[in-house]
Amino acid sequence: MPDPRIRISGGRLIDPANSVDELLDICVANGRVVAVGQCADDFSADIELDASGLHVIPGLIDLNTRLREPGEEFKATIDSECRAAAAGGITTLCCPPDTDPVIDTPAVIELIRHRAQQTGAARVVSLGALTRGLEGEHLSEMAALQRAGCVGVSNALKPLASTYIQRRAFEYAATFGLTVFLHAEDTALSAKGCMHEGNLSTRLGLPGIPEAAETVAVARDLALIEQTGVRAHFCRLTTQRAVRMVARARFDGVPVSADVAIPNLYLSELDTIDFGADYHFIPPLRTQEDRDGLLEGLQRGVLSALCSDHQPHEADAKLAPFPATEPGASGLDSLLSLTLKLVEENHLLLPDAIARVTSGPASILNIPYGELSIGRAADICILDPGATWRLDETSMHSQGKNTPFRGWELSGRVRYTLRDGHIIFSSDDS
Amino acid sequence: MKAADIQIRGDGRLRHFLSTEGLTRELLTEVLDTAESFAGVTEQSVKKVPLLRGKTIVNLFFEASTRTRTTFELAAKRLSADVLNINVTASSAVKGETLLDTLRNLQAMHVDMFVVRHTDSGTAHFIARHVQPHVSVINAGDGRHAHPTQAMLDMFTIRREKGADFGRLTVAIVGDIAHSRVARSQIHALNLLNTGDVRIVAPRTLIPSHVESLGVRVFHDLREGLRDADVVIMLRLQRERMLGALLPSEHEYYQLYGLTEEKLSIARPDVTVMHPGPINRGVEMDSRVADGPRSVILQQVTHGIAVRMAVMSMVMQQNTTMQEPHA
Repeated sequence: MPDPRIRISGGRLIDPANSVDELLDICVANGRVVAVGQCADDFSADIELDASGLHVIPGLIDLNTRLREPGEEFKATIDSECRAAAAGGITTLCCPPDTDPVIDTPAVIELIRHRAQQTGAARVVSLGALTRGLEGEHLSEMAALQRAGCVGVSNALKPLASTYIQRRAFEYAATFGLTVFLHAEDTALSAKGCMHEGNLSTRLGLPGIPEAAETVAVARDLALIEQTGVRAHFCRLTTQRAVRMVARARFDGVPVSADVAIPNLYLSELDTIDFGADYHFIPPLRTQEDRDGLLEGLQRGVLSALCSDHQPHEADAKLAPFPATEPGASGLDSLLSLTLKLVEENHLLLPDAIARVTSGPASILNIPYGELSIGRAADICILDPGATWRLDETSMHSQGKNTPFRGWELSGRVRYTLRDGHIIFSSDDS
Repeated sequence: MKAADIQIRGDGRLRHFLSTEGLTRELLTEVLDTAESFAGVTEQSVKKVPLLRGKTIVNLFFEASTRTRTTFELAAKRLSADVLNINVTASSAVKGETLLDTLRNLQAMHVDMFVVRHTDSGTAHFIARHVQPHVSVINAGDGRHAHPTQAMLDMFTIRREKGADFGRLTVAIVGDIAHSRVARSQIHALNLLNTGDVRIVAPRTLIPSHVESLGVRVFHDLREGLRDADVVIMLRLQRERMLGALLPSEHEYYQLYGLTEEKLSIARPDVTVMHPGPINRGVEMDSRVADGPRSVILQQVTHGIAVRMAVMSMVMQQNTTMQEPHA
């Protein structure tokens, strides 16, 4: 299919990376942004999109999306989730390496990229495994993974048991300028916990995960980041104290960034009061004070990205007593609306909220997306900010219907999603 | 939205019995009064009443138990119900059948009540949320969460020993609170019955975080915790807890928290000593205390039958009347 020439006119263009927020047209050709504001007089569009009354923003970038393929296709597939992403205004997904097989060879990266291209929907970038098989013993072939296109390395949800191997892995990653993505958990402290350790875990008799499981890991990781000079990113922080530790490290010039998962901004440990499996998360929902601390970190930019922490499951995964259920929620469908809701609730200004799901994650991943600069890939989300919708099984596009936000009335509906200058989603078709 | 709501019917009566938390003082008192009426039955030569004739009760145990299962079985039989004991660890679970599959298969056999024990906290609530409308669920212990019939038989025992006015009582619960579903259910029940002073006594490693929010006073010194106590409830200490990070040794635990006659003398002279069983003699308590004049440990077991009869008849009561027009 040839690249169409598209003019998007009359919309409110919000491009945080370029500090743009005004009514501007934007023109797309050859898969790229060719003009912002006035299109060239001789620009003849194949497709005219009227964006009057709509917002035109960069396509969203989700830092942490479990696609479930390869390995767990009964939960979801690259096809189902890349399409769900497009419907949610997301144009780039970042897949962590804990697939089966693990992303520790170029072949798996290639497989995922190929499948994603076949869908013609969202783009997928991958994190390579920090250690072979994520087993924490041998370094992975990071140079080969980087050549194959991985945008960083991570040991996913399996923190290294040995600080020695962690140090060497950080040094090796630093050799190639690879960013290390960290899940901050001291597994000896979290043990078999399945919710935040506090008043409610005591009442429910559920094994708790203490705050220190996160803060001890952050302290250890920060020390090794300083020692090795590697660029590092903390994924999905959950505690106020950890956010403060990262803020201080950044102030001291340590090359570190951090993000937060959407559910931790709206929910807290108290939501598990009814043993509801949809509120089972690892890392867990924390206290209301922690939630306030995360919001503050988001406002101050210590947390420079928001992610869906998308974990689609089959229905059975949540149909069991709480500790026996699988953690995580399906989040692609709600990422955009729940980001906009932070603006409605006066936690963030609109351009800042959009930055947290576009230019913020782009800069963490060091990828050339998430902004509407001339010459950049035309990844664009056109949304109706006033349109409301109800999140439920029928409105969700992801194959995983597990969400703690079921029944929520949300605003912000995607009208069009463009990736590389092609319309990959249109609400007219659905 | 409270965890216990699903156990109460629209008219305020019991539908399930999952946790003492979230119930009312009136309901607990009704359990105790009903149990009192059944206590007579268990002492007669013909030990049966026909209240649950024709009903099928399944004891669904995913975790080993002798005493609790036996007293539930006896209670059901004395109410004339048909009882089926299913030990799931030994059957379906190993074949990969999910809990929900097991439940649906049993329900298809027209079961009226499940008595459930499981190692995971929240299992009884999960099952209660998935049974058909006419089926009731009784929690016989879920993880560290709740063991409400044990708590109620303890309340029954305290009421028989000390009278109905819990307001003037000081009750000390001693031992492994952190891992005890019994302690949690006792604490909620004691507070609902307006007990004057509920104390827990243990080293920090055996006390769960934010425990004060349950409405207890925390003591680390057994002698201080026992001072002027009317009731002392000793908890069982699992042997695996004694070797590792929670406690240094059995010896030191017994020295500090083991109940001896000498330490018991700090409590009130008419103190009642209880234990949910089975006792680790020489670990939680000295045999002279366990078998001594202040101990009611065997009465607790006897009371367990009457209390479980009371709970079973209360949750089935509404079902019986609802179904009469169709009979």
